[in-house]
Amino acid sequence: MRVGVFICWCGSNIKTMVDVEKVAKEAEKMPRVVYSQDVQYLCSEVGQADISKAIDQHKLDRIVIGACSPRMHESTFQQLLESKGLNPYYVEIANIREQCSWVHTDKDKATVKATELVKKAVAKSYHAIPLTSDLLKVNKKALVIGGGIAGIQAALDIADAGYPVDLVEQKPSIGGRMAQFDKTFPTLDCSACILTPKMVEAATHENITLYTYSEVENVAGYVGNFKVKIKQKAKSVKQDICNGCGDCMAKCPKKVANEFDEGNSKRKAIYTLFPQAVPNKPVIDRDSCIYYQTGKCGLCEKICPTNAIDYNQEDEIVENEYGAIIAATGFDIKDPQDLSEYYYGNHPDVITSLELERLLNASGPTSGKVIRPSNGKTPEKIVFVQCVGSRDRNKGNAYCSKVCCLYTAKHTLLLNEKFPETESYVFNIDVRTGGKGYEEFYERARHKGAKYLRGQVSKIEPLGDADNKLLVRGYDSSIGEQVEIEADLVVLATSIEPKVGASKIAGLLGLSSDSDGFFSEAHPKLKPVETQAQGIYLAGVCQGPKDIPEAVSQASGASAKAIILFNKGEVKSVPTTAMVNEEVCSGCMQCKPVCPYEAISREYVTERVAGKEVKRPVASINRALCQGCGACAGLCRSGAMDLGGFTSKQIMAEVDTL
Amino acid sequence: MIEQNFEPKIVAFCCNWCSYAGADLAGTGRLKYPENVRIIRVPCSSRVEVQMIMRAFQNGADGVMVAGCHPGDCHYDTGNYHTRRRMMLLQSLTSFLGMEPDRFIVKWISGNEAAKFKSTVEEFNETLKKLGPADKVRDQRCGI
Repeated sequence: MRVGVFICWCGSNIKTMVDVEKVAKEAEKMPRVVYSQDVQYLCSEVGQADISKAIDQHKLDRIVIGACSPRMHESTFQQLLESKGLNPYYVEIANIREQCSWVHTDKDKATVKATELVKKAVAKSYHAIPLTSDLLKVNKKALVIGGGIAGIQAALDIADAGYPVDLVEQKPSIGGRMAQFDKTFPTLDCSACILTPKMVEAATHENITLYTYSEVENVAGYVGNFKVKIKQKAKSVKQDICNGCGDCMAKCPKKVANEFDEGNSKRKAIYTLFPQAVPNKPVIDRDSCIYYQTGKCGLCEKICPTNAIDYNQEDEIVENEYGAIIAATGFDIKDPQDLSEYYYGNHPDVITSLELERLLNASGPTSGKVIRPSNGKTPEKIVFVQCVGSRDRNKGNAYCSKVCCLYTAKHTLLLNEKFPETESYVFNIDVRTGGKGYEEFYERARHKGAKYLRGQVSKIEPLGDADNKLLVRGYDSSIGEQVEIEADLVVLATSIEPKVGASKIAGLLGLSSDSDGFFSEAHPKLKPVETQAQGIYLAGVCQGPKDIPEAVSQASGASAKAIILFNKGEVKSVPTTAMVNEEVCSGCMQCKPVCPYEAISREYVTERVAGKEVKRPVASINRALCQGCGACAGLCRSGAMDLGGFTSKQIMAEVDTL
Repeated sequence: MIEQNFEPKIVAFCCNWCSYAGADLAGTGRLKYPENVRIIRVPCSSRVEVQMIMRAFQNGADGVMVAGCHPGDCHYDTGNYHTRRRMMLLQSLTSFLGMEPDRFIVKWISGNEAAKFKSTVEEFNETLKKLGPADKVRDQRCGI
């Protein structure tokens, strides 16, 4: 065995805190190390060439790298080894950057630690065994979770590439948040006008199947071969028979708050989400329906001309197989009632931006008339409050919600257009306009008269006058004074948060989330649409706040990744799978129930014992199913089960060097 | 007697998907923690065998940590549940052997909990400093 050790400077990242030359020197003394070198940038072409040359010159068959985290560059070095005809699993990495130079302050101690980490990796390398992957077939069908603009775009792109897509949406209609918006910045396109054609295209596309009013129940399997259970909630209306005439909705006696209008209007218990809903056929909301609550009524059944009402319909579970999954679960907004200084919930004229969006919308609760909810009159003075729960580490979310600056500018412009006499005041921390045409749009809003005050609102309270106006107290830092504005309407730009239930989806898909609950991408710069779970991609705000163009771009990116996977048609299986030593295995099968992938089964080996042939049970691994967690190896009582890449010998060798 | 300036030796088994990533993030965020910890990367905390932990103690570790994803968040669905049960048993075994149970900890640290990784190591280090060197099960042949 001939081990070569390479210690990376990572420019100054490692070198300033670790004496890399000394580590390389120390490594030379380690058993079986025949070559050692420090290199300025190991991951660069030059660095790789150095390793390549050393492999040839010194006939190296094990490589130990002291560099950054294996999570960063393990595959880079594995590919290099493969190109040199060595098994990619003959490389070991000592993480001397993330776990050493970056977290320690004493150079001597850090150097000693780096040397020990290298020693540990060298010891592990002795026991490396060659591992190979198998090629697995990919099921060329995609699942998109979430029917907002990101989900729709992703589904359309994959479908246009010729692959079937299932689009799952929990609401009765696709369209998502964008369907609630009135206009879009910075072009002031009518949101519905650009969205509804896409919704219809998705619904009528031959390669897309819509599952509305549905939820993902269970996800099993792995890249190329996911098995997914989808629960289709009972719509109580036979969708194939219903012609969408709407008579039932007109006659239904039960009214409840309309979530699509942010609670500012009423809908019936049998309803479509909004007039342009896709599919445009109603569902019965059983929690509100009189028939389901009391057994009386049944009016919709009587009135329906096509006999489409079916009170006895049941939830249905569909099980499908997919090769790739795109999560596009979108967002919710923070409830401003948590932030008492804004008085939201205590006065009808304090509303959220999304509520204003519905007021502005021609198909909204007021047919596009902006009114004071308290008295129905047109507001004259409107105060907009930015960063409500955003950029607020103490009471809200630390992050910037990204879209609020622009949509508030949009609101002031739209109000100015409709009611030129209104005055708009915008309290802001600072205005962020990163995006094509966004700065110009913001300037336009200011030129049209929106007054921007730099400072935060400290308190909103009723003025106590006959008109029931609001008094907004804030601080204007540009003039260094407290300001008070008597407002007719206050609009809160509330923080964007991950969809309620996103953590459940993350759990089902095996995704990790960041500390704010948004799904984590595999790499923040170079793998922004991929996740750590192979074959699962991200699109839209479920990954972090973004505007429509960004959500759409990411959706196309995610769909491209799925299409690449489908075009290849096969994926490499995980090489670090479990292995059974049949001679030692007692066939107790304790390993079977701990395997989350059902990769372990009982097989029989035939042996000759005392001259007789006997069959003996042993555990057997299905390598295509095994994902390499090692739960079985950790548990095995007879030490028969082991895990490639992390064998007991390898780990013990690491422990022994400590 | 507890020797002066005693620096404990900590062995940490970290799962690749959460705790190891959390430690990486501590690095990226330049959070500082004691040098005494040596991380051994495992695909899942359920890969860790009791033997490995005992061997670490025999070899001179003063404290051993097993860190995995939060229950419910396991990359492999259920791995850390097995870890939890198995390690609870080991915890009682360490007491049975006459070791201080505080020398062996199991923690759930996610990929974004860099600060938790740092504070866990710091606290563990302080605990071990107070306990002094672990010599109950140390293999004297190691000459440590």
